[in-house]
Amino acid sequence: MSALRPLPRWADLVLLPILNLLLAFIVAGLVVLIIGQNPFVAISAIATGAFGNGYNIGYTLYYTTNFIFTGLAVALAAHAGLFNIGGNGQAYVAGLGVIFVALALDQYHWAIVMPVALIAAAVFGGVWAFIPGYLQAKRGSHVVITTIMFNFIASALMVYMLNRVLKPANVSGPESRMIAEGARMPRLSEFFPPFQYTPVNLSLIVAIIALFVVYVLVWRTKFGFALRTLGHNPVASRYAGMSNSRIIMIVMTLSGALAGMVAFNEVLSVQNRLVLDFVADAGFVGIAVALMGRNHPVGVAFAALLFGALYQGGNELQYVVPGLTREMVVVIQALVILFTGAMEGLFRPGLQRTFMLFSPEQKAEAAARETVGSEG
Amino acid sequence: MDIGVIVSILDATLRLSTPLLLACLAGLYSERAGVFDIGLEGKMLASAFAAASIAAVTGSAWLGLLAGIIVSVLTASLQGAAAISLKGNQLIAGVAINMLAAGLTTFLGQQWFQQGGRTPPLQPGGRFTAIELPFTQELAGVPILGPIYSELISGHYVLVYIAFLAVPITAYVLYRTRFGLRLRAVGENPKAVDTAGISVTRLRYQAVLITGVLCGFAGAYFSIAQGSGFGNDMTAGKGYIALAALIFAKWRPVPAMFTCLLFGFLDALQIRLQGARLGGIEIPVQAIQALPYVLTVILLAGFIGKAVGPKAGGVPYTKER
Repeated sequence: MSALRPLPRWADLVLLPILNLLLAFIVAGLVVLIIGQNPFVAISAIATGAFGNGYNIGYTLYYTTNFIFTGLAVALAAHAGLFNIGGNGQAYVAGLGVIFVALALDQYHWAIVMPVALIAAAVFGGVWAFIPGYLQAKRGSHVVITTIMFNFIASALMVYMLNRVLKPANVSGPESRMIAEGARMPRLSEFFPPFQYTPVNLSLIVAIIALFVVYVLVWRTKFGFALRTLGHNPVASRYAGMSNSRIIMIVMTLSGALAGMVAFNEVLSVQNRLVLDFVADAGFVGIAVALMGRNHPVGVAFAALLFGALYQGGNELQYVVPGLTREMVVVIQALVILFTGAMEGLFRPGLQRTFMLFSPEQKAEAAARETVGSEG
Repeated sequence: MDIGVIVSILDATLRLSTPLLLACLAGLYSERAGVFDIGLEGKMLASAFAAASIAAVTGSAWLGLLAGIIVSVLTASLQGAAAISLKGNQLIAGVAINMLAAGLTTFLGQQWFQQGGRTPPLQPGGRFTAIELPFTQELAGVPILGPIYSELISGHYVLVYIAFLAVPITAYVLYRTRFGLRLRAVGENPKAVDTAGISVTRLRYQAVLITGVLCGFAGAYFSIAQGSGFGNDMTAGKGYIALAALIFAKWRPVPAMFTCLLFGFLDALQIRLQGARLGGIEIPVQAIQALPYVLTVILLAGFIGKAVGPKAGGVPYTKER
């Protein structure tokens, strides 16, 4: 048999992720079955909990917002061949930027606070990712290990900042002062009442804009070409006269800035103050989102919506099926990462063989064999 | 500071560095074989849960330990299947394992025991007890050496002694046996090993399984020795500190022990230093907590020495045809 040929584009981008997702659901369904619950009841409870009414949809979109940001952060870095596992830390530290700006400017209208806070989130998140980028580019330390370490350094830093610097005297818990109401970024429910009091806010629009910006940056600019070249073959990009270290540093900074947008969403409109662990592992969900979305903004958008729905549906799940907690969603997420990211080899060769059976060459070859047979 | 305080800090150091050391040596085997493992945390967590569950049900710490090891080895095999046989991304496999363990342990814990993810408290036999070495009583009265022997060296869980025993064993296996030579070779140049007629896949699986066994010990230590029962996210990032220690030790067993002791010491110090002052300035506890990570970053960046990992690390091996 001749060597396997690559899959058609649509199969690679759509069919394979869906097969992997299906497998993740089947395995998760088996777990549900083992503990004696009906997986179909669970899945319908998740779907209703995620999309049942305006309130549910509002929450789903709120989660989606965060996951678009972290998914894009991972996807952008991945195009340059970098695995940014530090989205959690970058988003966490970006919270500092947002809260500094918000507390300093909160006597002003939100329309003034919002753009400044957005820039502050990008700068703080960007700096937190720039350092690992710099260390990889100039000192050769592996960006994966450094970003993991930076996640932990970030959480120590934030505990310190919240307890010692930002905590007002009259508050007992480790959290900052509340942002004045007029400075908070408006929630979408103000324009669209069915969302009720859900936290989905204007940052969803920012997320959608970010999807476009990343698309243009990666596929329609010179820099995007350079970063994809680096991702495919660092030797080639250097030979072509591109500065690999410069690209690595810029990409990591941009990736961190994207992750930092989680803080923009959470601090300026959801929590309205800086609290411990507001990131809630959105950085890790971003890995699943980017893998599932094949690092493409369109894919990231769908995958973020899927995980947003799973998170929101997972919250509602325990009220419908007693005992099924939202940890089930973490399990599904882990399985998605496992199957789409690390176990691609499970489906790809089989799928490639299947496709070759139906390829034009194969048919021609089969026809040729038949003619030979009839002659002999 | 009198000798009593010093001994008690060092005693805490030994207790806190044990799981780090076990996990660090675990990571050493698979990384030396060329399989990056950021899934130490997940394997420990899975083992901690299995050990506590079985120990709670059977009332036997040894059965708990066995269960922990089995579950950790199974988790390692899954990771191995992804990273070795299916040639998947080893880092992503590790991330998935960590997440899977975090989700499944809480979920199953809640399902089985209905205590918010915790396992039931262990009966006396379900937990390892401290071992009194011989002559502890007799020597306790001797000045300086007495307290060191009776409090620092004696009176630990059996897993502590196993962990420190694993250091010379690992060093011997790695540097003095044929298996160790091949293991190191497969991490540096798998093609050479393959050319010599030795199966790269088989060697890497062996390494990953040893990693599983050692993570099993480490996980069990959390839930049925140090603690009594499993709690949510019990390993609390220790798998990542172990990974940092492994890099800090430049993937060598004896330095790994000293690094883990150092990180354990920092941990013990930070518990004791709550609110302590140095020269009029209060040292933030968080600064000491972050120190292992900061040191690792600095070392990796080559500002103090240079840590270069196994050359073939992270790359799945594809045999030429």
